[in-house]
Amino acid sequence: MGLLSKKDAKLITDPLADNNPITIQVLGICSALAITAQLKASIVMAVSVMFVLGIGNVVISLMRNIIPSKIRIIVQLVVVAALVIIVDQVLKAFSYELSKTLSVFVGLIITNCIIMGRFEAFALGNGPWKSFLDGIGNALGYGIILIIVGFFRELLGSGTLLGFKVLGDPIEKTGLYAIGYENNGFMLLSPMALIVVGIIIWVQRSRNKALIED
Amino acid sequence: MSLKNKLHVLKEKYKSTKYAPAFNALHTFLYLPNETTHGGTHVKAADDLKRTMNTVIMAMIPCLIFGMFNAGYQHNLAVGEIQAVSSGFFSSEFWTLANFAIGFWKILPLVIVSYGVGLGIEFLFAIIKKHEVEEGYLVTGMLVPLIVPIDIPLWMLAVAVAFGVVIGKEVFGGTGMNILNPALTIRAFLFFAYPTWMSGDKVWVESAVERTNEIAAGANLDAISGETILGSLAQGKEFAFSVSDMFLGFIPGSVGETSTLLILLGGLFLIFTKIGSWRIMLSSALGAIVMGLIFNQVVDAGIIAEGSKFYGLMNTPFWHHLLIGGFAFGTVFMATDPVTASQTNKGKWIYGFLIGFISILIRVFNPAYPEGVMLAILLMNVFAPTIDHYVVQGNVKKRMKRLKAKVA
Repeated sequence: MGLLSKKDAKLITDPLADNNPITIQVLGICSALAITAQLKASIVMAVSVMFVLGIGNVVISLMRNIIPSKIRIIVQLVVVAALVIIVDQVLKAFSYELSKTLSVFVGLIITNCIIMGRFEAFALGNGPWKSFLDGIGNALGYGIILIIVGFFRELLGSGTLLGFKVLGDPIEKTGLYAIGYENNGFMLLSPMALIVVGIIIWVQRSRNKALIED
Repeated sequence: MSLKNKLHVLKEKYKSTKYAPAFNALHTFLYLPNETTHGGTHVKAADDLKRTMNTVIMAMIPCLIFGMFNAGYQHNLAVGEIQAVSSGFFSSEFWTLANFAIGFWKILPLVIVSYGVGLGIEFLFAIIKKHEVEEGYLVTGMLVPLIVPIDIPLWMLAVAVAFGVVIGKEVFGGTGMNILNPALTIRAFLFFAYPTWMSGDKVWVESAVERTNEIAAGANLDAISGETILGSLAQGKEFAFSVSDMFLGFIPGSVGETSTLLILLGGLFLIFTKIGSWRIMLSSALGAIVMGLIFNQVVDAGIIAEGSKFYGLMNTPFWHHLLIGGFAFGTVFMATDPVTASQTNKGKWIYGFLIGFISILIRVFNPAYPEGVMLAILLMNVFAPTIDHYVVQGNVKKRMKRLKAKVA
């Protein structure tokens, strides 16, 4: 593979597991709790963050030598805000229903700690290509958790996946519902997202003991 | 060879295997271990964790047996087989074998599922984490069947127990480390996950849901329903139970929490054996009375109009709140859980008082959650360490002051 050097590949693969922004750094929890009741919303959120973080990291990295360090936070905010507005407008134009489901949380990507965290920690000190990979890697790490949480919450909470009734019809009592199964309403409430994230953290750390902090 | 000796031999055999904790748990349940300690000073006491747990279970047995009779009684009453009780606690309409049989066959599976799933998980964790099986689930396992509606599907109970034991207890490190009362965690899970099975007028009477389905399918039967008193009050409906019914427990409700009399006896037993804290029980009752009185005053002052949705529960005489719903059961058996309650004596007063106070507050202001005591205890479980911290700090400050005064 000549596309990525080993070091560059690590920028993408590291945040997927051993340095995951949600389960290890515990950043971006807010949106992980709020919008993961449906798998579709989780996927859209993951893609949006990937767009913002990938492009944002490149922009910041290109400007890193001309931004006065005293006002760097403001500059970073302007960059994120501009990108988020693009995402928001695109969603409104092409998928209005979904943008209503996500409501303010698209706008709140601005406050997602992962984004400012990567700008500060990586893009300000590295070149554009590396920053781009880092941004995509972290967004993937964030998205993978969102999609796992969204998968379980939608499957157990509504009995559907991406809107398809995979477990049968709860009203006509087909599939699993015929033998008395019922959807778990608790899965649709935010506390359950926290618990699912907690379980992922638990599983991850008991598989890799090196991740356990004292 | 006696069973005792056989077990000791088996113990040696299992000693080095990973099943040792599971074996030891069963072994020490039947007999004392045969090891003796050597040297040093020892405290000798009979009340280990197992004895403590068993005492609490003994205090709950009357509630369980009463619950079995009551389940059958409520069912037979609803289908019109028998008349309502007429002559106090020992009414002949209530203590019949027919009533008991219905309740027994319905409640026994609840007990078995609760213990089976809960203890199974405890054993599993003990084997994985290589520690001895802890006895914490013994009481939880008995509490759970007593605080669920009679008609709860068994698989839901199993899911909830698994959730409660793993997320409520094992992730924090097992018995003695949990923040929330596991039995209430299980009930709260059921409540939020499957609300249609935990509230309404169908779930409190045995086979009411089944019958509704049969009628929907075209069977020629009378519908049966039984709303709890709290549920009726929240909807401003009339109910047909006298105060003595409420006190003695001839009312629909969760399996074992209807009889305030038997709960009170259980509570006295716990106080007498010094296992339950009388401070918590008393201060909870006080808290509930204070909040109830405030609401009664609000109604008397004419601040709340009769049409208001809060009127029914606010207008309930304050002392009725102690008799209806799960309040008595919660304060006697669950608020006093030594792991999750406040540890300091002053803290126990504050903790208990707030449980009573908040229970009634939730009951009145949130008709969607008619059972406030569950949420109140869970909330105060979270605050118990904070209360203790400030009580201890207050004491430290007081003594520092005294010390300074002495030195100066």
